[in-house]
Formats: sequence, structure tokens, C-alpha cells
Amino acid sequence: MHPAWSIIFFTSVSGLGLGLAGWIVLGILDLSRFVHLLFVSGFTFGLIGAGLLSSTLHLGHPERAWRALSQWRSSWLSREGVLAVLVLAALSGWFLSTFLGNVPPLWAKVVLIALITATVYATSMIYASLRTVACWHHPLTPVCYIMFSVSGGSLAFVWLSAVVNQQASDWFAYVAGGLIFAAWVLKFFWWRRLDTKKLGSTLASATGLGALGEVKTLMPPHTSENYLQKEMGFVVARRHAVKLRAISVLLGCILPLLGLYMAIESLVLLSVVLIAHLAGIFVERWLFFAEAKHVVSTYYTGVTDGTTLSRTTTTSCPSTF
Amino acid sequence: MTNLPEPSAIKLGLVIDLDICVGCQACVVNCKEWNTSGYGAPLSDENAYGANPNGAWLNRVHAFQAGTGENARTVHFPKSCLHCEDAPCVTACPTGASFKREEDGIVLVNEDWCIGCGLCAWSCPYGAREMDPAEGVMKKCTLCVDRIYNENIPEEDRVPACVRTCPTNARHFGDLGDPDSDVSLLVAARGGIDLLPEQQTKPVNKYLPPRPRRQVEQAPDSLLAIAEAATPKGFWKWMDKTLDKLG
Repeated sequence: MHPAWSIIFFTSVSGLGLGLAGWIVLGILDLSRFVHLLFVSGFTFGLIGAGLLSSTLHLGHPERAWRALSQWRSSWLSREGVLAVLVLAALSGWFLSTFLGNVPPLWAKVVLIALITATVYATSMIYASLRTVACWHHPLTPVCYIMFSVSGGSLAFVWLSAVVNQQASDWFAYVAGGLIFAAWVLKFFWWRRLDTKKLGSTLASATGLGALGEVKTLMPPHTSENYLQKEMGFVVARRHAVKLRAISVLLGCILPLLGLYMAIESLVLLSVVLIAHLAGIFVERWLFFAEAKHVVSTYYTGVTDGTTLSRTTTTSCPSTF
Repeated sequence: MTNLPEPSAIKLGLVIDLDICVGCQACVVNCKEWNTSGYGAPLSDENAYGANPNGAWLNRVHAFQAGTGENARTVHFPKSCLHCEDAPCVTACPTGASFKREEDGIVLVNEDWCIGCGLCAWSCPYGAREMDPAEGVMKKCTLCVDRIYNENIPEEDRVPACVRTCPTNARHFGDLGDPDSDVSLLVAARGGIDLLPEQQTKPVNKYLPPRPRRQVEQAPDSLLAIAEAATPKGFWKWMDKTLDKLG
């Protein structure tokens, strides 16, 4: 699948922001000072909002985006939109009530955390619901998305606590580290499934011509790359997959773990660690799309003319990375 | 409404005969010609004579080779929307722009509502949907809904443009919900198949597999080899001998 930056940015940054919101809602942070409240709410809304804006601008007709709130009965993308709006509204209410000096009741926290989890789940189900992309179509996909959101959010929470001069306690840093580690262990299993399971269809089954013997492409149906190949024929990541996975684990897991256990006091180091983590998630998300094979690419098996169609089969370094 | 309707009694669709399609691309061209001025926005056609032409088409004809050696055969393979009964493109649509008609099962896009998110194209296993690069909305086969019910055109033209134009009669249009219709009988007689049944889309369009052919057991000698192996007679025999002596 084509790894569009808008979607990578959306899933990574909104996911981080939603995870962070979940930890804030727990109420560990003292937000009685207005400056702190302003910064914390601004940062959280900034992350979630920037992600949503990025995904909206990715549309062919962003001005009609409001229509996407209508089909929540059947569409995960619509559910995601509706839930995101609800979360933003509920979070605004939560921050407002904190500003007015109220202590939000337990049920409000439970509802907000449930809404946040449901939103991340809906984001992941946009992908996991697609039977056409076999490596996405698995329960581990939403599990990984939710775990990356929760663990990334906890790391952002540690950073944010330091910013507002309320260093997170050691136990919280251990919780954050444990969650980050767990998220990447789950991602390891997701990757292992992608590597070991023979997923998807063959040209013989896709054309129904298998009974006649080996099936291969004789001529492509068009001379230049079409929408399908640009959008779904992106399989170039394979050659660099191992290196990129290592980079994502280093940035997204190992550096944050080292940082959490060694440098919890230093805001500068925590900032570096948070940025590294986000960069690691970007790489992980880039691979999530770039490594995914859409079943329609089966019909383009072996389509090569060395020039315009080469992107579907060559293993050279992709131009976008 | 992107929930799928109850399966309709009438299921309009195409039956494509892979045995006789010659890959002339006439259906592709006539599809583009009709649909660029029919339902919805025109089908864009950017840089058509340049190095990198770009545009949206609703029908594409692949060509595959099936089998090996002497028994290999070319199979031309037209592919367009299969108007699936369980169309994942319809349920995936967040706006309600993508819908399946209750009365005849045709899957259409309301282009005024389409936000161009592309999720329907991702959910289609057949590559039947292409985003229009100029309009930013999703384009797909309409089964020529503006022809098949059109009383302003002669009756013989009230079939999809691809069916009307096919010079070999490899494309058939009809009601696949009626077991006694011509297309259903054809599918039954020829063992028509669903594409990618594992995707659980229940496509309405069917494909008729190529008929079995006599298999070649052993490769025949080439004409040149036959000619070289033959012994010359008469004058040629004399010349053959004489030339051999010379050299």
C-alpha cells in the first residue's frame, strides 16, 4: 500500500495525543495552575487536532469531510470521525470543568477513557477491517494500535509532567517503560505473522485460470501506472524491511526505555527521547503501509517494462523514503 | 445509506467469456467514450499523448498466459466492477456516497457526496474503482445505468457500452438473479466462476473459463528442421551431390 505521509502522521500523532489524553484524564497531574492547564490542554488538543487535520487534508474533497460523520452504522472511517468529535468535545468539557475547579467524577473518567480507547480502536479498524489487505486483517492490528497509543501516551505524559515541574514518579516511569516494551513485543508478533504466514491469493486463484497450468502476466492492461498501482502496488519496502524495523525498534523502544530509566530528571533528554519515540512510530507506520500487500496487486503480478511500471516489482529503494 | 440493502431479486450484471475475448480493447475505449459524457464527472485523460498519461478508466483488459510450452495459451481478461452482493466498498464508505441499488443491485457512487478518501478502492479486491485525478472523486462502472433504462435510444442499444461494442460477443448483460435468464443459463452451461471467492464479496458478474483444448503431447518439429531433414530428388539430388564433391 502507498505510505501516504498524511495518513502516517495522522495515525501516529493522533494516536499519541489520544493516549496522552487518557493518562491526563486519570487525574494524576495537578492542573490547578492556569498556565499548566493551558499548556497541557493545548499540547493534547494540538496533537489530536494536527493528526485529524492532516487526514482531512488528504481527502479529494476536504470541504465535504462533514459528510463522513453520517455512516457510522457500517463504516469504520465514519465511526472514527464521530468518536474523534465526541472525544474532542468530552475532553474540552473535562478541561473546562478542571479550570472551574471541579473534580471530575469517576464515571466521567471512565466514559472519557472508554471513548478514547474506542477512537483508537476505530482508527485501527479502518485498516484491520479490510479483507483485501491480508496482513492488516487480524485482531493483532487493533491491539498494536491501542498499545502504541497507550504506551506512547504514557511517555508523553512523563515528558509533560516534567514540563509542568511535576516530575513523574519512578513507578510511573516503570509503568511507561513496561507498556512501551509490551507494545513492541506485540508488534514483533505482528511482524512475525507477516513474515511467516503465506497471506493472500495467487494469480492462478485470482484469475480462476489455475486449471490450465502456470499463470503469468503477458501484457499489462495499460502502458503507464494507474491509480491502483500508485495506491496499492507499493511493495518496495521488502528489501529494506529488516533495517527499517531495526531503526523503528531502536528509536521507538530502546532509546525511550534507556531514557526512562536513566534520565527521568532531565527535560532535555526526555524531549529527545519523546521525539525519538515518535520518529520510531513514524517508521513503524511507514512500514505498516509499505509492507502491506493488497490483493489487487495479484492481477499485476510480474508487470514490468523497466520504466513506468517498475515500482510494482523492483526492490530498489523507494523514492519516497 | 451505506448499509447494504436486502439482496434484490433482480441482479443485473455481466458475464464475460474468457474463451473468446481477443483483447481488442474496444470495450475499454467505448466504456471511456460513453462514460466520459454520461453519469457523473468526465473521466479525466491527462497528458494522453505524453510520456506519462494519467486518467481514470472503468474497465481494463489484462492479458495472461496460462499453461506452459506448447500448451500455453493467451487469455485476455477484462476486469470491471463485479457489482458484488456483499460489496465491501459500500459498507466502507463513510459518507453514503457509495451505494447499492435496491431495485437491481447496481453499485454506484453519488459523486456529489464523495469526499475522495479512497477507502472504497482499498476495500475492493478487484481494482474496480479508480480515483479521478482531476475531480478527486471515485469513479467506477455504472453498468451504463444511463443506457440500460434509456427509452430515448434504440432498444438494441439498451445494454452497457462494453457489451454493445464487443465484436466477438465475449460480454453478455442480463439478470443473474433470474435462474432462467440467458446469462444464468450460459453461466450454468459453461461453469461460470466467481473471481476471488475467498474475499466473500459474492460478485454478481461471472467469468466463463476458457474451453478445454486438445493438449499437445510432443512438440512438432519446426518447418526448417523438416525441410533440412528431407532428401532432395531429381535435379536437386544431382546438384546436392555435385556441390558435396566440390567441397
